[in-house]
Amino acid sequence: MPTLLILGAGSDMAVAIARKFASEKYDIQLAGRNTAALVPQQQDLQVRYNVNATTHLFDATDFGSHSGFYAGLPAVPDMTICVFGYLGSQEKAQENWEEAATIINSNYTGAVSILNVVAESYAARKQGTIIGISSVAGERGRQSNYMYGSAKAGFTAYLSGLRNRLFRSGVHVMSVQPGFVNTRMTSHLPLPPLLTAQPETVATAIFKAVKRKKNVLYVKWHWRYIMLIIKLIPEGIFKKLSL
Amino acid sequence: MQKRLANWGNYPAVASDEHAFTREDELRNYVVTNTHMIARGNGRCYGDASLGKHSISMLKYDKMLSFDTAAGVMDVQAGVTLDQILDIIVPQGWFLPVTPGTKYITVGGAVASDVHGKNHHVDGAFSGHIIDMDVLTASGETVCCSATRHEDLFWATCGGMGLTGVITRVKFGLKKISTAYIRQTQLKAKNLEEVIRLFDEYKHYTYSMAWIDCLQKGDSFGRSILIVGEHATPEELNAKQKAAPLTLPAKRKLTVPFNLPSFVLNTFTVKAFNWLYYGKNYKKVMHKVIPYEPFFYPLDAILHWNRGYGKAGFVQYQFVVSLEQKDGLIAILRKISEKGWGSFLAVLKVFGKQDSLISFPMEGYTLALDFPIRKGLFEFLDELDEIVLQYGGRLYLSKDARMKQEIFWNSYPNAGRFAEIVKQYNHDARFESLQSERLLLTK
Repeated sequence: MPTLLILGAGSDMAVAIARKFASEKYDIQLAGRNTAALVPQQQDLQVRYNVNATTHLFDATDFGSHSGFYAGLPAVPDMTICVFGYLGSQEKAQENWEEAATIINSNYTGAVSILNVVAESYAARKQGTIIGISSVAGERGRQSNYMYGSAKAGFTAYLSGLRNRLFRSGVHVMSVQPGFVNTRMTSHLPLPPLLTAQPETVATAIFKAVKRKKNVLYVKWHWRYIMLIIKLIPEGIFKKLSL
Repeated sequence: MQKRLANWGNYPAVASDEHAFTREDELRNYVVTNTHMIARGNGRCYGDASLGKHSISMLKYDKMLSFDTAAGVMDVQAGVTLDQILDIIVPQGWFLPVTPGTKYITVGGAVASDVHGKNHHVDGAFSGHIIDMDVLTASGETVCCSATRHEDLFWATCGGMGLTGVITRVKFGLKKISTAYIRQTQLKAKNLEEVIRLFDEYKHYTYSMAWIDCLQKGDSFGRSILIVGEHATPEELNAKQKAAPLTLPAKRKLTVPFNLPSFVLNTFTVKAFNWLYYGKNYKKVMHKVIPYEPFFYPLDAILHWNRGYGKAGFVQYQFVVSLEQKDGLIAILRKISEKGWGSFLAVLKVFGKQDSLISFPMEGYTLALDFPIRKGLFEFLDELDEIVLQYGGRLYLSKDARMKQEIFWNSYPNAGRFAEIVKQYNHDARFESLQSERLLLTK
């Protein structure tokens, strides 16, 4: 059975992704900061799908631990999906460097640090799949969330470069732009229903897209065009908007 | 975030602040720092028991912790719904010990309502199958309770409508099956007397219930169809079913996409019933082997069927009176029939013995039917309540959105003791629903 490594396994989106892949008979490695909290999820995957699920301590912002973490996995995963991220508070991050650094490290630096390790391993084996969950917020910086947006922009660019580099090694890299997703991270925000996906929808879309070796996945198709329009607005006008 | 919440009857609808969690420590933090909160599962009850100012959504607390396939024991977080459990256990030869008429409810909701099924006269209510469970009380403490451990908490939680705290984990026993099919027998009864006689004659069947035509008068008063069933054995299946006895054929779901005018559902059920009752090939007694889904969950095949009652919503009225008070059943059914405001069909069932603290079931006849909301309805239902009370009966709290407090206190013999235990685990009435406020259970 193939194995999927989920980095940041405790989020609502990660729960849905784990279930989808387990239902397709993937063994699942759940990695996160709080392994005790991952145990019910591990049991759930075993009871529901009769697959092998394991939990592993992983801290995205503890960069030094990443190569040791990867080397310590019981099996080299056939596929790695990077789900962790931190929305944070834009206003707080403007004044408080700690908040800004957490946003950058959780969404960009940490992802680069661990995926560098995974990429080297996959390049050497000449196989493997890497999936990164980025965000439409990274497509253009807006005053309401440019801290998160710029970190995700960095991550999107990283994934696109990595895809380009690893193509010749037979390693596939897929970027996912979910748009709004109904999760605990966004539960305090009033989201437009038409543009908001359920975590289960995101998980199914990712599974289908990765089987077809898609490069960039927009979960709700509207987002590709919304972001296209937002990107086309001339900067002179854009800077006056309150987006 | 403030949301508009309503349960299955679409009445009442309230603005509520919904909070979801996936870890117990998140829930604990929330519980110890908030008041006026009540746990809510999948919103399939008909009343206001799970509606409050702050709503704790259980749906993301949905992990299955263990399934002992040899002993038939399931241990789950309380937000898991019954349909998810059936998908796992049926192919492995197990079934729910007790199930209500919809599988889209959470396990926590099943306990809080102490749900009953068509097998109540044989297997009792859901509470009888619980091995143990965890309840997170107002102090933030998680208490593991069972029929022999913290019994007061256990019995006040079964049927206690979430007022003792948040049910977080439930371990319960399953029923062994050898096929996913039911051997069903349908019997026509020309009136209420006959269906009551048939219930008695067929009481050795594990599952039984009857559809009653509420509009008939005179000799056909209480005209009905009794449906009884047993889990089918492999020998009773046809060749195609035998090939995979524990797997159901896949089928599509229908949905009601928007609210329909309220006469639509009644027109549909009138036709369906008459087709069954008068259909050319329909004999007095009919046998067939059918998948478990249409037998237990006929309405689940139509998603959002509640929209068939229109935008104003509906309430369901369910009462029970003891076997000796058959006259009460007749009096109430007659009053409903004369008024003509209820749904055309009602469900009749004979409960077996049950002696718990606050659960609804007791030995006797229980009747359930829907009433679309209209002017004057609540006054009419108040009149029915008086008759129920007069015959020593009571109403099902899971279906209640309007009962007056004195009806509750006078009809549930252990109400006082229940309220005392609630006070003990739910200090300062932190857990509070519209229903508990109305019935003065958390004052």
